[in-house]
Amino acid sequence: MLNAYDILETIRMIQDECLDIRTITMGISLLDCIDSDINKACQKVYDKIIEKSKNLVKVGSDIEKEFGIPIINKRISVTPISIVSAACGGNPVPFAKALDEAAEAVGVNLIGGYSALVQKGFSAGDLELIKSIPEALSVTERVCSSVNVGSTKAGINLDACGLMGRIIRECAEKTVDRACFGAAKLVVFCNAVEDNPFMAGAFHGVGEPDCMINVGVSGPGVVRSALSKYPEANISEIADIIKKTSYKITRIGQLVGVTASERLKVPFGIVDLSLAPTPAVGDSVAHILEEIGLERCGTHGTTATLALLNDAVKKGGVMACSRIGGLSGAFIPVSEDAGMIDAAKSGTLTIEKLEAMTAVCSVGLDMIVVPGDTTADTLAAIIADEAAIGMVNSKTTAVRIIPAIGKKVGEELDWGGLFGCGPVMPIKEESASKFINRGGQIPAPMQSLKN
Amino acid sequence: MRAVITVVGKDAVGILTKVSGICSEYNANVIEVTQSVLQDMFAMIMLVDISKLSIEFGALSDIMTKTGDEMGLKIHTMHESVFNCMHHI
Repeated sequence: MLNAYDILETIRMIQDECLDIRTITMGISLLDCIDSDINKACQKVYDKIIEKSKNLVKVGSDIEKEFGIPIINKRISVTPISIVSAACGGNPVPFAKALDEAAEAVGVNLIGGYSALVQKGFSAGDLELIKSIPEALSVTERVCSSVNVGSTKAGINLDACGLMGRIIRECAEKTVDRACFGAAKLVVFCNAVEDNPFMAGAFHGVGEPDCMINVGVSGPGVVRSALSKYPEANISEIADIIKKTSYKITRIGQLVGVTASERLKVPFGIVDLSLAPTPAVGDSVAHILEEIGLERCGTHGTTATLALLNDAVKKGGVMACSRIGGLSGAFIPVSEDAGMIDAAKSGTLTIEKLEAMTAVCSVGLDMIVVPGDTTADTLAAIIADEAAIGMVNSKTTAVRIIPAIGKKVGEELDWGGLFGCGPVMPIKEESASKFINRGGQIPAPMQSLKN
Repeated sequence: MRAVITVVGKDAVGILTKVSGICSEYNANVIEVTQSVLQDMFAMIMLVDISKLSIEFGALSDIMTKTGDEMGLKIHTMHESVFNCMHHI
C-alpha cells in the first residue's frame, strides 16, 4: 500500500529536484536500406525512419502526461551510416540530409548515427564518411556524429586519431557563426557501445535488433538532495544512500521504457543508468561531489568521490531494471553542468583532472572548450590519451571537445539550452605532432587476451 | 486502474471541493483522501479509480494542472504505477 511519505517524496523529486527521464531513444537498423544508388538509399532511409518512429514523440508525450514524469528528449539512433553508404561510394552527405529531414518530420530534436567504426582500420565508406562530417554537421541541424577510433580488443587507430583532430577543427571552423556548435555534435569514442541512448554519441549497433527502445534516466539533483539530509554520514553510508536513490530513479526509467515499448510495439532494450546533468540549478553532478565533501569540484579527492558515486549509481540501478546498457554511470560534461562550469571558470577543474576523472566515470572528456588556436595534432593527442584510458581499463571513453575559434582562455562559448556554456580551458602548448604523425596502430593491450 | 492526485502548496478554502468536483465531472471515483503537512509542504493526496473515466487520462491531467495553476497550487495527476514501481521491490 502506498503511504503519504513515499508519494510526497516522489512529488518532491519531480517538482524540486529535477527528476526526469532524459531520453527515450528509438534505435533503428538501416541495414535493409542499403542500395548502390544513393538517391534510392536515402529515400529508403527516410521512409524507414518515418515508418518506425512516427508515433515516438506522441507516445513519449502521452507517457509524460500520464505518469507525471518529464521526458526531456525523444531521439533516434540509426545504424552507423558508413555501413549504409559504403555501397554507394562518393560523398555521403545526402544521408545526413535524409536523417535531418526525417528527424524534423517526426519531431525529434537529435538523431545520432552519422558514424563510422574504424578502431582497426578504414573499410569502404569510412574515410568518405569521416571526411564529410564537417559538411554534414554544418548543413544539418539535428544530426549527430560519432567515430570509434579504438577498443580494448583492437587497440587504437592512431591514423584515425590524427584525422579526427583535423575533422574536429574543421567542424568548429565551419560553424563559427553558431559558436562552433558543429564540434559539439561530434564524439570520438574508444570502446563505443551499440545501445547508447544518449547524444551526441548514440548509434544503433549492427548486433542490435531491427528496432528497439532504450531509455536514459537522469537525476543528479535527487542524489544531491538525498545526501544533504545526512551531513554526518560516513562514506559507506553515503554509498548506501546513493544506491537507494539510484534504485528509485532507475525504476522510473524501467517503467517508462516498458510502457513506451508496449505502446510503440517495439522491443524494450536497456535502461542506461546514468546521472546526466543539465545546466539548470540543482541538476549538477559536480554539486553531488561537493555535497560529499569537496570545497569545489576538481580539487584533490574529486576522482575518489566520483569513483564512489559512479559505482554506487550502478549498484543501485542494477536491481531496478531488467537490462542495463548504454554508458551507465555519472556523466561529467563541463558545459552542461552548472557546478563544473563554475569549477572550470575558477581554475580548480582542469583538463588534467578531468582526464583522471574519466578513468572512473562513465564517459570521457565531454563538452570541453579549448582555445581556438589549438592545433589538430594536439586535439588528436588528447583523443589518443583518452582512448588509451578506455582501452587499458576496458571501458568506454569519449572526447567531445570544441576548439573555440578566435577565442582564448578567459572567454567562453554559450549555446544555451541543454548544451549550456563552456569556459575556454587552458591546455599544454608543447607539441605532440611527431607522435601523432607516426601513424599506424597502437597494439591491443594484454587486457584484450582474455580467451 | 487507479491514479494518485496530489495537491501541493498553500492551504486554502475549497481545494477538496474543487478537485473532487473535477473527479466527479469526469467519472473518476475517489477512493481515499489524506492530508498531511511534511516539512514546509502542505499536501492533499487523493487516490482515485480511473477505470471508468469519461475522458482520456492525459486530458484529466491537463485539467488538473490548469486548475492548480489558477489556484496557485501544484496539482500532479499520476498513474499509481509510478509510486508502486519506485517504492516497492
